[in-house]
Amino acid sequence: MAEKVLIVGSGPAGLTAAIYAARADLDPLMIEGMERGGQLMLTTEVENYPGFPEGIMGPELMDGMRKQAERFGTRIVSSDVTKVDFTERPFKVWVGDALYESETVVISTGASARWLGIPGESRLRGYGVSACATCDGFFFRDREIAIVGGGDSAMEEAIFLTKFASKVTILHRRDEFRASKIMAQRAIDHPKIEVLWNTTIEEVLGDDLVTGLRVKNVLTGDKSVLPVEGFFLAIGHDPNTKIFQDQLELDSSGYITTGAGSTRTSVEGVFAAGDVVDHYYQQAVTAAGMGCQAAIDVEHWLDRTET
Amino acid sequence: MGQNTVKGTDATFVELIGSAMPTLVDFWAEWCGPCKMMDGPLEEIAGDRSGQLQIVKLNVDENPSTAMQFGVMSIPTMIIFQAGEEKKRLVGARSKAQLEAEIASFVS
Repeated sequence: MAEKVLIVGSGPAGLTAAIYAARADLDPLMIEGMERGGQLMLTTEVENYPGFPEGIMGPELMDGMRKQAERFGTRIVSSDVTKVDFTERPFKVWVGDALYESETVVISTGASARWLGIPGESRLRGYGVSACATCDGFFFRDREIAIVGGGDSAMEEAIFLTKFASKVTILHRRDEFRASKIMAQRAIDHPKIEVLWNTTIEEVLGDDLVTGLRVKNVLTGDKSVLPVEGFFLAIGHDPNTKIFQDQLELDSSGYITTGAGSTRTSVEGVFAAGDVVDHYYQQAVTAAGMGCQAAIDVEHWLDRTET
Repeated sequence: MGQNTVKGTDATFVELIGSAMPTLVDFWAEWCGPCKMMDGPLEEIAGDRSGQLQIVKLNVDENPSTAMQFGVMSIPTMIIFQAGEEKKRLVGARSKAQLEAEIASFVS
C-alpha cells in the first residue's frame, strides 16, 4: 500500500515536516539520505536557534530533532533516493532497487557545498582539500592554509581555522567581501589572516598532498603559486535537485519553485521545503518553519483529495 | 563505543593492525558530524563480519600521533590494514552498502 507522505531529506525542514506529519497521524516515511541531518552536521556551535540560550552544537540539535520525529512514529530509511517518478499518483521513489510509493512527497534535500571544479581539487579532496572547516581544520595545526570565498560563512570559517593554522589566506575574486561588515572586518583585522583580493584559483597543486595553489590576479593577469598545505572552500551551496530536474519546475539556479506563500511545487501533491527552495534566508529556523508548512500543506491536500 | 568495534589508542595501534584478521580503522572525532553517520554501518558490519574483519575506532582528538603518522587530514577516514600494512584508504562518509563493496575483497 502506498504511504500517505514520504519525506526526502533529514535536515531541519525534513525533520520538522516529519514531526508535524507524525503528530497528525500521517505515519510518515523518511528517506534521510547519506548526509543525514544535513549541513548542520558540519557546523559547531549554533547560537541563533531559538530556545537554546547558551547555544547548541549543530549535530546535537539534529540528533534531537531526529529523536523527536522518531518519538511520534516516523520511520526512517538511511539511504539516498536514486530516482523518482512524479508523473502519476501514487508517486514513485526509488532507493536503488527498492521502490516506495506515496500519495504525497515532501522534498527537503537541502543544498551541498559548491566546488570550484578546477584541476587537482577532487583528486586531493581529503588530502588537504576540504569543504568542511569544522571537520578538517583540526588537522592543520601550525600549517599555512588558504580558504576561498567572500560571504559570512567564509569569514566565519577563516576565523575558526585560525585556532589551528599558523596563517590563513582568504582568496577572493573581487575587491570586497559580500559578507556582513562586522564579519568581514573581524576577518580582515585578524592577525593570522591575510586577504588576497582580485584573485582566482586555477589549480590545486600536489602529488599526494596539497602543496600549493596556482593563483591568478584578475586585474594584472599575473600568475603565481601560493604555498599552502590546506585548501578550504566556502563559496556557497547548490541545491540538491539533480534527481528532480525532469520532474519538477526548477528556477535557473536549480532551486525548486513553489507557489507564493506555500510549499506546493509544480506537481500537485509534491511539496518542497528548506534550502532546496530557499536561496535567500537559508537558516535552520527558516528551514524548520517551511518543513512545518509543508506538513500542514500535505495534511490539507490529503483531506481535500480524499473527500 | 559499540559492542562489535574495538577502541584503538596510540599505544595499542600497532598491535591491533598487526592482527591476522584484516583490520579497518575508522579515524573519527566527537565534533565531526559525518563521522557519526558511520557509527551504525561500522557497528553492523563489525557484527556481520565477526571473525573475518576487525573494526577499530580511533579517536583522533585523544590519539593525535597515530592520525598524524598516517597523514589523516580529513575525517572520517577509514584505512584497511592487512598484517600491519595499509591496503586501502577511504576518505569521507559512505553507506553500509558502499562500505561492504569496498571491503569485499578483503573478507572473502
